[in-house]
Amino acid sequence: MEQVEALAPITMPMQPRAPLSLAWLGVVPFFSFAALFLLLPTAYLVVGAFQDNEGHFTLANLAGLLEPGIVSAYAISLEVSAASAILGAILGFMLAWAVVLGGLPRWLRPVLMTFSGVASNFAGLPLAFAFIATLGRTGLVTTILQSVFGFSLYRTGFNILSFWGLTLTYLYFQIPLMVLILTPALDGLKREWREAATILGASPFTYWRYVVIPILWPSLLGTTLLLFANSFGAIATAYGLTGSTLNLVTILLYAQIRGDVLHNPHLGYALALGMVVITGLSNALYIVLRTRSERWLR
Amino acid sequence: MKRPTIGAWAALAIGVAYFIVPLIGTVEFSMRIRRGTYSFDAYRNVLSDPAFWNTFGFSAAAAVATILVGTLLVVPTAYWIRLKLPWLKPYVEFITLMPLVIPAIVLVFGYLKLYNSSSYLPLTGQAWSTDILLVCGYVVLALPYLYRAVDTGLRTIDVRSLTEAAESLGAARVTILFRVIFPNVRTAVLSGAFLTFAIVIGEFTLASLLDRPAFGPYLQLVGANKAYEPSALAFIAFAVTWACMGLIQLFARDPTARSIKV
Repeated sequence: MEQVEALAPITMPMQPRAPLSLAWLGVVPFFSFAALFLLLPTAYLVVGAFQDNEGHFTLANLAGLLEPGIVSAYAISLEVSAASAILGAILGFMLAWAVVLGGLPRWLRPVLMTFSGVASNFAGLPLAFAFIATLGRTGLVTTILQSVFGFSLYRTGFNILSFWGLTLTYLYFQIPLMVLILTPALDGLKREWREAATILGASPFTYWRYVVIPILWPSLLGTTLLLFANSFGAIATAYGLTGSTLNLVTILLYAQIRGDVLHNPHLGYALALGMVVITGLSNALYIVLRTRSERWLR
Repeated sequence: MKRPTIGAWAALAIGVAYFIVPLIGTVEFSMRIRRGTYSFDAYRNVLSDPAFWNTFGFSAAAAVATILVGTLLVVPTAYWIRLKLPWLKPYVEFITLMPLVIPAIVLVFGYLKLYNSSSYLPLTGQAWSTDILLVCGYVVLALPYLYRAVDTGLRTIDVRSLTEAAESLGAARVTILFRVIFPNVRTAVLSGAFLTFAIVIGEFTLASLLDRPAFGPYLQLVGANKAYEPSALAFIAFAVTWACMGLIQLFARDPTARSIKV
């Protein structure tokens, strides 16, 4: 498909930019829709974040983000997202590696891909319920550990309604997402590179250190960032799992929208702006890294 | 490959356990409602609850409306961009990717402020207009996947030749769109549609904050008030997701369409 794209300018001569033609009318519905339901609502919040209640310009709302309650919300959100993204990336990479290059039977691969497609879309409240049923106080794994091994999970301080509980739950969609995105990248690792490295006397470690990692790191890091943004904006799973016991920034924003818990509407806008900045940065970095990785992997 | 496969098997075993154990846990828990014996009572309770059917029906209708509006918005746009305005392509692609950057909760926050009952366009003032807003929000959430699927579909056909052939046979633009382009991207649209259905059916944030009687808020309500029914619902939701992905597999060859994000 990439080749088709690359040939496109040759087979389809570019239309000259003709300001007199009415062709632009064809995209009016799309751009009006995007303006009404994507750009303007976001712009409203961004502008509002820099205004006080009388509509004057102010930076006080952004300064208000430094309140301890808000800082801790951002911190927990960042920690959960980072932990689930990094662990998801590592485990997803191992799984993708096992299926693509680990010498497992061929039929496993389509099965894993289909399952990953399902699991990466199995999020929100049902996922929270599934993990409460599994690792909750009376969940299956908790009771089996207790009755068979005499090991009390909750005695160790673990709680499904906590940081690690939420991270474990997020991994359920993070790992498969990593598998889905990384499998094509692993396919791009050419067999010849390994053979060439071996012939030149490279040990498996040298091959990894000087061939695999330099080629794969942009995809690995880029995908990790994508997973990070993916969990940073999530709310339903966390809400279903912990109610409001875990003070994530999405949950704080939800409460703010419901009932102005911050007692300042414009501080709510700033909270939203902060979220967009964080997810925006990680997505932008992802795109940069992706472009980089496409130099080798196509 | 001649590599030792013990590590690979171990990785696979961990992965499979991670996927399967919560499912087993969910099923087991959902059958525990009667003390000392397994039963399907939780499922019976859920399925006999009228609110289950009402909210599920509402969300299914919202999903169908989202698919229709999304398809009618995306297919003509992607076609037109390919045919007449290729220089606009990066801008359109950028916009279709923005919903991945702007979290749903931020989006709906903007809606509530911009379309409140005292604004120029008071969409949140009435139930029916809030439904319209909800569907438009869902179209935005589905935009990255839908556009991507359709654009990939269009890439595999020669839009220009097909259009010229149809034009020389005297077909009008609308005829070309509906009788030539749509049938050719049908599989792409279908795979985007099932993915959209899977996303919309259990969606919580928009439906909850716009205060509509959708399946997501119903799940939340049951989750907060019942012990065993949530697991039954989780299993049902998993089955629905599975069905959507299965249908994508059936109709299209690319189950990873969602993952190809840029």
